[in-house]
Amino acid sequence: MAYSDKVIDHYENPRNVGSFDKGDESVGTGMVGAPACGDVMKLQIKVNKDGVIEDARFKTYGCGSAIASSSLVTEWVKGKRLDEAASIKNTQIAEELSLPPVKIHCSILAEDAIKAAVEDYKKKHGNK
Amino acid sequence: MKTGLKFPIYLDYSATTPVDPRVAQKMIPYLTEHYGNPASRSHALGWKVEEAVEEAREHVAALVRCDAKELVWTSGATESINLALKGAAEFYKTKGKHLVTVKTEHKATLDTMRELERRGFEVTYLDVDEKGLLDLARLESVLRKDTILVSVMYVNNEIGVIQDIPAIGEMCRKRGILFHVDSAQATGKIDVDLGALKVDLMSFSAHKTYGPKGIGALFIRRKPRVRLEAQMHGGGHERGFRSGTLASHQIIGMGEAYRLAKLEMAEERERVRVLRDRLLAGIQSMEEVFVNGDLVHRVPHNLNVSFNFVEGESLIMAVKDIAVSSGSACTSASLEPSYVLRALGRSDELAHSSIRFTLGRFTTEEEIDYTIEHLKTKVAKLRDLSPLWEMHKEGIDLSTVQWAAH
Repeated sequence: MAYSDKVIDHYENPRNVGSFDKGDESVGTGMVGAPACGDVMKLQIKVNKDGVIEDARFKTYGCGSAIASSSLVTEWVKGKRLDEAASIKNTQIAEELSLPPVKIHCSILAEDAIKAAVEDYKKKHGNK
Repeated sequence: MKTGLKFPIYLDYSATTPVDPRVAQKMIPYLTEHYGNPASRSHALGWKVEEAVEEAREHVAALVRCDAKELVWTSGATESINLALKGAAEFYKTKGKHLVTVKTEHKATLDTMRELERRGFEVTYLDVDEKGLLDLARLESVLRKDTILVSVMYVNNEIGVIQDIPAIGEMCRKRGILFHVDSAQATGKIDVDLGALKVDLMSFSAHKTYGPKGIGALFIRRKPRVRLEAQMHGGGHERGFRSGTLASHQIIGMGEAYRLAKLEMAEERERVRVLRDRLLAGIQSMEEVFVNGDLVHRVPHNLNVSFNFVEGESLIMAVKDIAVSSGSACTSASLEPSYVLRALGRSDELAHSSIRFTLGRFTTEEEIDYTIEHLKTKVAKLRDLSPLWEMHKEGIDLSTVQWAAH
């Protein structure tokens, strides 16, 4: 499988790897995928009082494209408002990384991970 | 540390082997100098090559202890298997329509069996135990009056386990059932003794044993005589079993490769065993690693390991200094986990995270030591990235987690 240079770059030098404290009020956590399917992504966002994502972290079990997709979105969500972050589309991720058709599901998973993290944060704050 | 090593380090000898330089030397004159057609009876150029082809046949026969007259040249093990299974099924179809094989066979066997099903035959695909071995009582229980053929591989290509071919042979012979054995991965690794084995048909490949690609052979027993319906028609070469001008330089290569295998097998096997044990010890010093397949009934050339909590494709991508495979080369382009590991009852996760290391004639201790360090670094990096590893370290039992399947 030939990967694009951008996938290889994110895979070799993943950005924002790690975890925040799940219990922290300012943190939203999204975990999507299943081990049996070969990918699990955990994406966490840290949101400030103005509703802007200040920081993000990820951990991913999956192929190079899955790791690159999640690494990329941690960069993209930073500085965005929650609704802006939740509107990131998988097609944008797939295009940026030049994912081949068999790897489109990785970008879908990354989109789902952002949505799940935003959802989790909103739930913590009474869906405000 | 990298001095003296050539990258990537080749640990994929079960996919194919390099042609031994001694084999290549032997082949070259048969491309440029002795180019006659071995079927040409009218001049010396033909006679010379025919003689060399028959000498090569003797070398192959000597390694597996059969009569040279019982060997037919083919383009490789896949063709041999096709000829054996289709040829026997078509010839003996009035005797019965039932065939038996095993779920962990190579695709060359499984796909040929599927084709025979489309032609009206009935095939039983047997399960193996969690070590990859076939239970003989289970085999015996599925044999019927109308069973005409059983096909079992000697050495598995993914996990290297050795099936009990002598016992299966006895079982089949007693019932008058033909027995085909795929020995593509066996030659040069274990003693194959067709003088003792009750095997009727056996498939061989050259390129898994330091010979060239594109050449193989099929053993067809003469006593008791086995008959086949030819699958390739033409000039009636190879006693009508397989028409087509003989690929003489390839044949010379296979003969030489098998001759060397006979000479060097015993020593090579012990040398490889030491290296494999060194690799195994290095890998077992890591947490959460699982060896796939039986370690006793196994060729020393193979080590198949699952690294829990890392995903196979990213692992292969990470260990780019070594040339290994995830599952078999024929399936590594697909996203499905190995069907062989699934047949052992491995979970999808573990089947997804397997690496097959296959060692061979040119593997060195330095290469193994580098490989161990490389694996440790890369697996640790991927585990740092893995949410599953994090959960495991937090003491969460992953089997109790409700995953959102996608």
